[in-house]
Amino acid sequence: MYLTEELAAKGKVARGYVGRAMKRVEDPRLIKGIASYVDDLKIPGMLYAQFVRSPHAHAEIKSILTDGAKVLPGLVGIFTGADLNDKLGTIPCASPISGGRSPQHTVLAGKRVYFVGHPVAVVVAETRAIARDAVDLVDVDYEPLPAVMDPEKALQEDSALTHPELGTNVAFIWKLPAGDVDAAFKEADKVFKLRTVQPRVTPMAIEPRGCVASWHAGESSLTLWTSTQVPHLVRTLLPDLIRIPENKLRIVTPEVGGGFGSKLNLYAEEVVISHLAMRLERPVKWIEGRRENAATTIHGRDQVAESEIAIRNDGTVLAIRSKIIADVGSYCQLLTPAIPTLTGLMLCGCYKLKAVLAEVTGVHTNKMSTDAYRGAGRPEATYMIERIMDLVAGELGMDQVQVRLKNMPQPTEFPFNTATGLTYDSGNYQAALAKAQDLAEWPKLLQERETARKEGRLFGIGLSTYVEICALGPSKIMAAGGWEWGCVRIEISGKVTVITGATPHGQGQETSFAQIAADWLGIPMEDIVVLRGDTATAHFGRDTYGSRATALGGTAIVMSIEKIIEKAKKLAAALLNSKPEEIEFENGKFFVKGKLEETIEWGRLASEAYIAKNLPPGLEPGLEASSFFEPSNCTFPFGTHIVAVDVERDTGHVNILKYVAVDDCGKQVNPLLVEGQVQGGITQSLGTALMERTVYDESGQLLTGEFMDYAIPRAPDIPEYILGSTETPSPSNPLGVKGVGEAGTIGATPAIANAVIDALSPLGIRHLDLPFTPERVWRAMKEKEARS
Amino acid sequence: MKTPVKIRVNGTLRESEVEPRLLLVQFLREVCGLTGTHIGCETGVCGACTILVDGQAVKSCTMLAVQADGSEVTTVEGLSRNGKLHPVQEGFWECHGLQCGYCTPGMIMTAVHFLERNASPSRDEIRHALYGNLCRCTGYSHIIDAVEHAAKKGKT
Repeated sequence: MYLTEELAAKGKVARGYVGRAMKRVEDPRLIKGIASYVDDLKIPGMLYAQFVRSPHAHAEIKSILTDGAKVLPGLVGIFTGADLNDKLGTIPCASPISGGRSPQHTVLAGKRVYFVGHPVAVVVAETRAIARDAVDLVDVDYEPLPAVMDPEKALQEDSALTHPELGTNVAFIWKLPAGDVDAAFKEADKVFKLRTVQPRVTPMAIEPRGCVASWHAGESSLTLWTSTQVPHLVRTLLPDLIRIPENKLRIVTPEVGGGFGSKLNLYAEEVVISHLAMRLERPVKWIEGRRENAATTIHGRDQVAESEIAIRNDGTVLAIRSKIIADVGSYCQLLTPAIPTLTGLMLCGCYKLKAVLAEVTGVHTNKMSTDAYRGAGRPEATYMIERIMDLVAGELGMDQVQVRLKNMPQPTEFPFNTATGLTYDSGNYQAALAKAQDLAEWPKLLQERETARKEGRLFGIGLSTYVEICALGPSKIMAAGGWEWGCVRIEISGKVTVITGATPHGQGQETSFAQIAADWLGIPMEDIVVLRGDTATAHFGRDTYGSRATALGGTAIVMSIEKIIEKAKKLAAALLNSKPEEIEFENGKFFVKGKLEETIEWGRLASEAYIAKNLPPGLEPGLEASSFFEPSNCTFPFGTHIVAVDVERDTGHVNILKYVAVDDCGKQVNPLLVEGQVQGGITQSLGTALMERTVYDESGQLLTGEFMDYAIPRAPDIPEYILGSTETPSPSNPLGVKGVGEAGTIGATPAIANAVIDALSPLGIRHLDLPFTPERVWRAMKEKEARS
Repeated sequence: MKTPVKIRVNGTLRESEVEPRLLLVQFLREVCGLTGTHIGCETGVCGACTILVDGQAVKSCTMLAVQADGSEVTTVEGLSRNGKLHPVQEGFWECHGLQCGYCTPGMIMTAVHFLERNASPSRDEIRHALYGNLCRCTGYSHIIDAVEHAAKKGKT
């Protein structure tokens, strides 16, 4: 299964790495415990910072007394908003909606705090322990104010205000009128309503955030090591905030211990720590604790939607009108407003709706901001449309598969234009559905359900046929460039260095990008090193999020190699006394057409290129090229997930009996890594479906502030996944890949939800919202029993 | 006030004067410079800091360095012998049992201790053995494969 051993046996393999399941190049350092994450860095003279954070959801700061802390030996300084806010810029939102109203997001709280965990002051000390002691000795006097916690009540006229100076809790309103909605509703045989609630969830990467900043006084430059998905975006945004030029700032991401969107941001702490390193002229480290992570790293989802659905009696879904309330929390972070708009854009799912009217109202509350959490808007859309499909089936007495087939575009209809204005690049939704049914042994599953129901057991089958949007994306739809950058250098020895701007945080790009480069160059993978995560080496990049790295970053590498081959042909022609147009390149060898007996390999070409004594006139020395890949469109992966569950009547506990997923992410570079992404994605989504919910109480206290209170799936919670795939290449990039980082997360929740509700349907339960905790399911069953 | 401790870590005796409140995980990371043991929660839930203390898997954020005085400690850095990976490490590599790698050292140490007690576990037994170690990337499937692989490898 793994190529490394095979390679040794066969000798050098020219092409054929892409498409193979291969173990990862990055793993040895990780399994030996010798890799470096941010907290593993130690710089001589390094200081430690800790933040003083608000225990209140909304309060006025009356005073901050630091005298008690200042006497601690080893304390270096304490800085409040009054000390820092006017010296630093405000935290940016890169996706504002026109007409939206949001407050200035200063790095530390000013006169008020707006959520539990809001940083009020920062202490810096010689050791971590002293910094922690000092935090406890800072005495902040708060005058609590009414907290705005319920986004729907926040829209009522008599509601308290999250930010009184704005005069409203509405952060923004975004409308997507697509197609003639009124006409579609007139055409309908039936119209029904659905309210869906997507709870707030906490990303909970196992490595919390953290950073180390070091000021180099001699060069007036700063290096920031930070646990982020987006070092290049940080480098674009941070200079203005800390008042240094971009070319004096270097961002390094060492190993990053998971992101899932939660590290796709510029956070206040990164700005403050950078500033302190400059101000104190000593390196400063800050490492987030788990409670801080739960309270002050972005949350996900948190949408309530009231939808009306227009259908025909034959099962055709004509149109959806949906009013979505998105609880954005206290501030709009980098992509906060963009997330629910993506929900609106993807509301058609993989179906041929005629029209959609989506109205998103972003509401400020006294909570942590929501932003991109794995799937970012698409799980919300998929949950809605896939619940709708099951409800349509129920309404019309149709089969849940037939209603989906009825509404899907045919494979011949691609590229397919949706009512919401997107162009789905390629697809064969029916094939993925059929394969999943096959793997699930569908007829047998139906039989099992029938038998179970006769025996009085609550057995349910659910499916979701999802489509998502990846490889974000063309620059015209992105806030700051949707391209990706790559560089390939044939070193003087013939070894190859690949540099990517698509900085990974666990996805395995050091392996998959080496596979791609090895195939295109016709050399063994072992001769390639992939560098990432340092803006001093990866000069450009838009980084890793939105399942974009392979489609865009991989293509930038291929483009660079194509440029190098073009140049190498000129050099080879000179060395072979021929013309460039006569030179062919195959399996790592250059030769004159038809003359395979005399070939030149990369090693010789490289030394000739750099030693540069035999270059043809006009040819520059060196063999290096870099490229920006600007995609023409996003990609649209899809698939079908099928789930069978039973629900325990006495406890409400949901058991997953079978889980089948067929995902189509286009061409697969490394099927082993694809499988890992899918399994991980499904498991996160299983958490969303069955156990996860971020809970604030009425006064704004965060009740799910750590792993003790916030359940994420554990090993015994996971079924044996049955995975399959179909492969529909994307026409949007030369690799034909679509992306797979979020697919599992998008497909799974609605499939599980549909299965649970199907199991409960004999009790007359038509809809229930996430998460299906035993308590929630048990209460729903009891309520039905009490009524009947 | 500092207290002297003597702890044998991966076969090397480490003597140091530490604050009584210093966690064992901090002792390993800051005093010994062994940063393979990670901190994910400091409440004993996530298991990223799992090590072996006198042969038992222990979450080193729930133990003080002074409590480990006189103990034998093994961390992930001490697993491979003469440049050869431990079968559990090999299993994680072969089966893609890690993505970001942050939970991995703790997972590996838990699995090492588990396989010492149960050399031929079922997949269900493996799941339950890993209950105290959280992973947010892999979805556990490949981790279970990895431990199974190690168990098989251990027998041959």
